[in-house]
Amino acid sequence: METKYISKSGIEQWFKSIVDSGKRVYAPVNSRDQIEFKRVKNLSEVADEYVQTTQSIKASVYPKAEVLFSYEKEHGKVHLTDFNPDSIPETVLWKVHPCDAAGFKPLSAIFNWDSPDKLHNAHVQKTSVISFSCAMADESCFCTSVNGSPGNLAGSDIQLTMLPDGGAIAEIVTPKGEALVALSPTVFEADKGEDKTKYLVDLPARFSLEEVNAKLNKAFNSTVWKEQSERCIGCGACAFVCPTCACFDIQEDVHGSTGRRIRCWDACGFGLFTLHTSGHNPREHQSQRWRQRLLHKFSYMPARLNVVGCTGCGRCSRACPVDMNILEHITSIAEQ
Amino acid sequence: MEKLRERAAAILADGTVSLVIGYEEGTKRPRPLFCHDGESARKLIFDSRCFHNLAVYLTKKELVGNGRFAVTATISTLRSIMQLYVENQLSEDKLLILTVDLSGTLREFVTFDEISAYVEQFELKRSEREQAILTRIEGMTREERWNFWQEEMSHCFKCYACRSACPLCYCTKCVVEVNRPQWINPWPAPVANMEWHINRAMHMVGRCTACGACGDACPVGIPIDLITRKMMEDMAPEFGYIPGLPVKKGNALSTWKLDDREQFIR
Repeated sequence: METKYISKSGIEQWFKSIVDSGKRVYAPVNSRDQIEFKRVKNLSEVADEYVQTTQSIKASVYPKAEVLFSYEKEHGKVHLTDFNPDSIPETVLWKVHPCDAAGFKPLSAIFNWDSPDKLHNAHVQKTSVISFSCAMADESCFCTSVNGSPGNLAGSDIQLTMLPDGGAIAEIVTPKGEALVALSPTVFEADKGEDKTKYLVDLPARFSLEEVNAKLNKAFNSTVWKEQSERCIGCGACAFVCPTCACFDIQEDVHGSTGRRIRCWDACGFGLFTLHTSGHNPREHQSQRWRQRLLHKFSYMPARLNVVGCTGCGRCSRACPVDMNILEHITSIAEQ
Repeated sequence: MEKLRERAAAILADGTVSLVIGYEEGTKRPRPLFCHDGESARKLIFDSRCFHNLAVYLTKKELVGNGRFAVTATISTLRSIMQLYVENQLSEDKLLILTVDLSGTLREFVTFDEISAYVEQFELKRSEREQAILTRIEGMTREERWNFWQEEMSHCFKCYACRSACPLCYCTKCVVEVNRPQWINPWPAPVANMEWHINRAMHMVGRCTACGACGDACPVGIPIDLITRKMMEDMAPEFGYIPGLPVKKGNALSTWKLDDREQFIR
C-alpha cells in the first residue's frame, strides 16, 4: 500500500479523468431530500455534509433485480441465453463510506459460500471503490463495534481522508486502486506525513463482538426475541437499506414462449420468505424472523463464513419506521 | 401522563386487560411500547410527539392474543379504530381505549359512538407538508402528475413499509403475497412498482382515514400517503362523508344495496 497526497484541484482533475475514461461513476447525490448513490459526470453533483446515504451501495454488486438467464422455446427446443459477465460495465464508486466498502466481504462470502456466483463476482470484478474516511458520525453509527473504523480500508481500492486545505491523504490499497491512480498519475504527490487519525471521527466501541457472540450462541430459545420484536411491523426496510443483507427470491418472467429468470431482493423479515408450498411456515411469527435477522448477522455468518454480517453503518436503525434500533438491541443482549 | 401510567398499571394488575399498547421514549423520538405488566407501564408516555398509528397492531392476533387489551390512542389512531370497527375487525368487548385530551385529562372509550363523539370535535386538516405538496400536485397537468408519481415510484424498492405501517392493511394475505397466481411482479421495476401502488391506492379508497403512517414509514421518502389522502378528500363530498370520519353504514366502494338506483350508470 502506498500513501500519497492529492490537492483540491488534483482531486477535481483526477475525478474528471475517471469520468473521461468511460467508466460509470456513481456517487452520493442530494435529491428529493435524500442522499443516494447516482450516476454522476461532475464532481459538483456529489453531496457534501451528510452522515450516511439512505441506501447502501449494495445494488452495485447485487442489483435489486437481475436476469440470471433468458430463454425462448421454438419447435420443441429451448434456446438459452446465459448471463454474460462481459455485459457489466466498468464502474467506479466514489465517496463510499468505509462501512459500505466493508460490506463487500460479507456479501461475497454469502454469494460464494458453496459455488462461485457468476453474477455477483462479475460486478465485483468490474467495480472499483474509492472510499472517503468518516469525519462525521451519528448516534446510529457503530462500525468500531463490528471490526470496522471510520478509516477502515477493508473493501476499498483507494481511500481518501479529506484535509482542511481541501486536499486529501490518498491511501492506494489495491492494484485496482493503482489503475485508477494511473489515469491521472501526476496529481498524486508525495505523502506529507499527515496523521490520518487526526481527521477521523471519534467513535468508541459500544459492545464486544465476542461477548455478543457468546450470548447469542445460547439465546435461540430466549424470550428476548419476542420482547424486542413486538413493535416490529414486518416490513423489509432494514434489509433493503443494509449493505450486507443478501436474501433473494428467484422469479420467472414469462411471456408466451419467451421468458427470463430473475433474481430479486427479498427479506427474511417477510412472512412469505419462508412459507412452504404446503402452507407450513417454519418462521411463522415476526419474533422468529427478527431472531433470524440478528442470529444470521452475528452468529451464523461468523461461525460459517468467518465474517460478521454487520458493518455498523446504522442504516437499518435510521430507516426503521418503529425504531427497531440494532445497536440498542445488540447492546442489550451483550449486557444480559 | 402520570394518570395514564397509573391507570395502565391498574388495569394490567386487576386483569381488566392483559396488554397495553402505548408509547415510550425511543432512541430519537417516541416509539410503540407493549406493556404486559405495571413495571413496563411506568415507561408509558403520551404527548404531541407520539405519531405512530398504534391501531396497526390491534388486528395482529400473535400480538394481542384472545384476551382484552388496551391502546393509548391519538386522534389518528382513533379514526383508524373507528374504521376497523366499521369493517368488523375489532370488537368493542376486546378493546379499551385510553387517551389524554387537550386539557390533559385521561379519557377512556369503548364503543364506536363514544369515539365518534370525541373525534368529531377535531377537523381533519392538511398539515403544512401535505398542503405544500398537494398544492403543487393539484397545480399540475395530468401528464405532469403522471410524471411526478412515476419519478417518485421509481424509488420504491418494495419493502412494503407503507403497507406494514397501515392499520387498514390487515389482510392476512396481501395481494403481493399471493403467488399462485402471481398478480404483481415482486421485483422493483417501473411497471411492477406502479402495479403495486395503484393496487394499494384502490384498496384504500373510501377507507383511508389519512393518518399518514404509510408516508412516515417510507424509508425512501415517497409521499405515498398523499395519494390515498387526496382520494379520501375527493370522494368524501361525493358520498356525503366527513373526511377521516368513518361511517357505520359502510365503505363507499365496498357496500352494495338492492335499492341503490345507480343513476350514474346509463
